[in-house]
Amino acid sequence: MNENQAAITVSHLKKSYKKVDVLQDVSFTVKKGSVFALLGANGAGKTTTINILTTLQSADSGTSTVDGYDTVKQAKDVRNHISLTGQFAAVDDILTARENLELIGDLRHVDNPKQTAETLLKKFDLDDAADRRILTFSGGMRRRLDIAMSLIGDPSIIFFDEPTTGLDPQSRNGMWDTIKSLADSGTTIFLTTQYLEEADILADKIAILNKGKIVAEGTAAELKKLLTHGQVELKFQSENHLNAAIKLLKDLKTTPDTTSLSLAVSTNGSVAQLTQLLTILERAGVEVAEFAQKPPTLDDVFFKVISDNKETK
Amino acid sequence: MSMIHDTWTMAKRSLRHTTRSMDTIITVVVTPIAMMLLFVFVFGDSFQKSLGDIKYIDFITPAIIIMTVVSGIAYAAVRVSMDAQNGIINRFKTMPVAPSSILGGHAMSSTLSNLFSSLLVLLIALLIGFRSDAGIAEWLLFTALLVLFTLATTWLAIFFGLFAKTMEGAGAFSYILLLLIFISSGFTPVDNMHPALRWFAENQPMTPIIETMRSLMTNGVAGDSAMIAIAWCVGLLVMSYTLALRAYKNKTA
Repeated sequence: MNENQAAITVSHLKKSYKKVDVLQDVSFTVKKGSVFALLGANGAGKTTTINILTTLQSADSGTSTVDGYDTVKQAKDVRNHISLTGQFAAVDDILTARENLELIGDLRHVDNPKQTAETLLKKFDLDDAADRRILTFSGGMRRRLDIAMSLIGDPSIIFFDEPTTGLDPQSRNGMWDTIKSLADSGTTIFLTTQYLEEADILADKIAILNKGKIVAEGTAAELKKLLTHGQVELKFQSENHLNAAIKLLKDLKTTPDTTSLSLAVSTNGSVAQLTQLLTILERAGVEVAEFAQKPPTLDDVFFKVISDNKETK
Repeated sequence: MSMIHDTWTMAKRSLRHTTRSMDTIITVVVTPIAMMLLFVFVFGDSFQKSLGDIKYIDFITPAIIIMTVVSGIAYAAVRVSMDAQNGIINRFKTMPVAPSSILGGHAMSSTLSNLFSSLLVLLIALLIGFRSDAGIAEWLLFTALLVLFTLATTWLAIFFGLFAKTMEGAGAFSYILLLLIFISSGFTPVDNMHPALRWFAENQPMTPIIETMRSLMTNGVAGDSAMIAIAWCVGLLVMSYTLALRAYKNKTA
């Protein structure tokens, strides 16, 4: 990728705390104007990566740049171009919503902090509560204010650390809409998440971080292609048929479900194998009531790359 | 220029916190006022004998004012700690604002609110008989030393606010400072003390600071302790400022 098109470059980052290797040789690039999701479980190293990129921490070795600036040597330039929306809403409880926005506007030296605050209060549907102290706000309102504060000063890259963790479904959808509209306006988005669905819906590119290592990287479609074993689901009329099918297909990986009388079968996805499979059943007189192809989900990818990673260790 | 602007922005925020919890100001002034009443009306007569011609209320007023400041800065520690625990510190740290401005705002508002509390306590002292012949110059020197002392201890408070793991723990260091006031010449001349305690009292910062303030009020001159008092304050200020900025750099919520 051309350096000029990269909003974020990360190369060979390593970081450990008290002998625990939190990041082990992490590298990736984020294209300008794209949405990049770093997907991983708790403790995978997501927050540490975000902390390094937003100049809160420095790595033990390796380099990272944001908007072309080194996150250690040119930290102040980096801070001029970014905003961080952390895991917990970083708002001032004692001030009102308006005062919170004006505070950030003042510190970011925008031309007219009062006007900026007014515009954002309207945009985030907070104008009715503008002059109430944050202490009285609901979780969703705090989160909206938090994002509004992050938009002040028009940062070209916004970091979201687990933006929907702990939100109710309605607020979560609202958050997704906000991130999408920010991405549409050309802002580069870097987000971390534990939810595959979220990465699938929002991100142009996904990297899976597991125990401090990037174990897979690509678009959601590319990652799903990693699963060559297309799953099919067969449904039967009776338990006898189901049991017979399990025996007949013992060479393939099968997962039966006796309550729905169905059998999930892992195949290589080829038509030849599928035909063979159905022929074997038909010849043995096992009737297949329903047949469905199961498209791979990011969950499948996630668990596959993580288990592959364990095996190679 | 932007540094002054940012510091003032942060100071305004912190002053809003202070004025929105007026109970903290009351808490800050109540203890020193109670102490003053207790010492003057209960112990005053017995202490008076060792003082000669200086009135006991005039003798202890500087210590009471220093005590007001020490109770006040504990709240600065709590406020800084609140920022550090709450995650807003990460927002500040990822913005292009100098650390000295973010923390300096706390220092400025703490100094202003402590001057206000000191003034309240001084008014009560006047009501119960405190008198001074000091002129404007002496009052200005008195205020300057008080500001220097407040700044130095506030930066220490900021350091402890960042250092402490909990908000409750953040203000605890101020008890050590309170203890130092009691083991100084603030409430009784050091001649009355056991020799070991007396040595300690003579060589710790509170004694020269309180004696300089007292000398300005009663003798109209800064006196022999002034240079030592200033040296202690400047030394503490430089040390605390350095420690606080380092703690800020290493702190993430």
